[in-house]
Amino acid sequence: MTAALIVGVLAAGGTYLILQRGIVRIALGFTLLGHAATTLLVAAGGSGRRGVPFAGRTGELADPLTQAFALTAIVISFGITAFLLALAFRSRDALGHDDPEDRTVPEDRSFPDRYDRHVGERGWPGP
Amino acid sequence: MTATLVLPIALPLATAGLAVLWRHHRQAQRIVTFATLGVVVLLGVRLVGATRGSMAVAADIGAWPPGLAIVLAADGLASLLLTTTAGVAVLALAFAAARGEDRHPLFLSLANVLLAGVFAALLTADLFTLFVAYEVMLVASYVLLTLRGGRRQVRAGVIYVAVNLLASTIMVVGIALLYGVAGTVSLGGLAGVVAREPGAGVGAAVLGVAVAVKAGIVPLHGWLPRAYVEAGPAVTALFSALLTKVGVYSLYRLGSLLLAGTTGWQPLALAAATITMVIGVLGAVGRGDVRGILAFHMVSQVGYLLLPLGLWSEAALAAGIVYLVQYLAVKAALFLAAGAIETLTGTGQLQQLGGMIHTRPWLAAAFGLPALALAGVPPTTGFVGKLLLIGVAFEQGHLAVGAVAIVVSLLTLTSMVKIFTGVFWGELTPAVRQERIEGPLGLAVPPGMARPTSPRGATLIARRRATELIAPAAVIGVASVVVGLGAAGLITLATEAAAGLTDPTAYLEVVSRP
Repeated sequence: MTAALIVGVLAAGGTYLILQRGIVRIALGFTLLGHAATTLLVAAGGSGRRGVPFAGRTGELADPLTQAFALTAIVISFGITAFLLALAFRSRDALGHDDPEDRTVPEDRSFPDRYDRHVGERGWPGP
Repeated sequence: MTATLVLPIALPLATAGLAVLWRHHRQAQRIVTFATLGVVVLLGVRLVGATRGSMAVAADIGAWPPGLAIVLAADGLASLLLTTTAGVAVLALAFAAARGEDRHPLFLSLANVLLAGVFAALLTADLFTLFVAYEVMLVASYVLLTLRGGRRQVRAGVIYVAVNLLASTIMVVGIALLYGVAGTVSLGGLAGVVAREPGAGVGAAVLGVAVAVKAGIVPLHGWLPRAYVEAGPAVTALFSALLTKVGVYSLYRLGSLLLAGTTGWQPLALAAATITMVIGVLGAVGRGDVRGILAFHMVSQVGYLLLPLGLWSEAALAAGIVYLVQYLAVKAALFLAAGAIETLTGTGQLQQLGGMIHTRPWLAAAFGLPALALAGVPPTTGFVGKLLLIGVAFEQGHLAVGAVAIVVSLLTLTSMVKIFTGVFWGELTPAVRQERIEGPLGLAVPPGMARPTSPRGATLIARRRATELIAPAAVIGVASVVVGLGAAGLITLATEAAAGLTDPTAYLEVVSRP
């Protein structure tokens, strides 16, 4: 019941945030949604189903498989959220704020398209 | 057989690492990448041979006890797709090299990670590994999409990342729900789980929605035409051949295993397929740029690929597999030809193009053949696929669905004619005329070559580069006609693969005891 409540609250907050416009809010929303999914994963495990992870140990232990899943899922969503924030940073450079859907900002044709410009004879400038 | 199953995933990942180390040696990057993909194509052919007659092979990684081990498995469908995707990736990357798109030091590295994810998703026999494979593939695709770093790419990137991150979260929820009911995530253990335990239906449905987002099925398709067209032309071709098709493959696989022995969901799949076909083809009408039109047709064609799920019989799946294998190559060829048009003229807007058949007749052929295949005109492979698919729909009494599929084919042909007329016929426009006069395509001079001073030298360089740009699409176009004329072999392979889906006994046997 506690797990269900936690998942419900996290999912509600996450859904609200990803419906906002700014990239930073969307990223925060995905953090909450990711936690909701992780909590669900952990709650789906059961010690009755799978034994102790290490041979020779005895005692009451939780299902190790869901914890491994949760860890993987956390790392992946963390990395992608970081990429989303990098996009927000890029969007600030390009637009001055983090709402890429804002069409009131005039299309700036002189904005340097680094990639296309450097697919020129100079080659990519390197790191 | 273990090596044959592990290498398609391990080799591209190793190559990605090497490509990072050699990021300032583009030739070295290219050589290892093409060598890797060549090996993967050969491994794919070997797997196709090993899985003839509806057989399957599996390998257990790390010799863990059953239930914990990561199992890789291939049956007819996975082997066929592995071979085709690797082959198409070779051509797309050859185009990227010709265009200079792989000049970014990380381009080939990312492309290799993307391919490793795709191959892992095709070969895995475990739901959670499928999720990880998807993520590997998507993370690389996020970076490839936004590599150009302009405002349009940021806008497309945010949509693409947000939608796919949401789909991935939903996928984790689906896996958690299935694990909560069944206690396993191995596809072998999950076979027929919905028929056994009705509670698993919820998890399977949530999982289905997540995969449907990645496959671009209406009403979950909105991100696809907005995101794909903003990537570089070679990247769009790579994405079109790999990403959504892996989603369709997963739907076939999950339908075959999780939903085995259940009914009632087929009408839903049939309805989704029909709506997807119609919405996609109508969306293309409103676009005025080559890649925009093609991107909406991707949505429309996913509808055809969903039809076998709704019809769910061996004949329907065989038709679907023929269609899937040929379509992923043909669509990539169209995007490659579109990329060649954009590279040569500097624009993809139909309004600014015209009369290119006078300047680039071979490009017209390289676009025309796959366009005919997409619309389903004989003697291309597209005709074979559509004939089988629509024939099965009529045989099973779904007259309305078959009729819609035919009408959508005609509309697809209209769209292809619209592009062909706009780009290749009519008056020569300034954008098209300019590329002939301006020496080497207004593009970069290849390294090691001085900018030519004489008009003759300019023409020679222009001709060589144009050939390199046009050849990848032309190869697929010719292959589509050749395979279309001798389709019996492909149909045999597809029928055997389809038998492995409707009756997955062989697959389950090797997966549970590799």
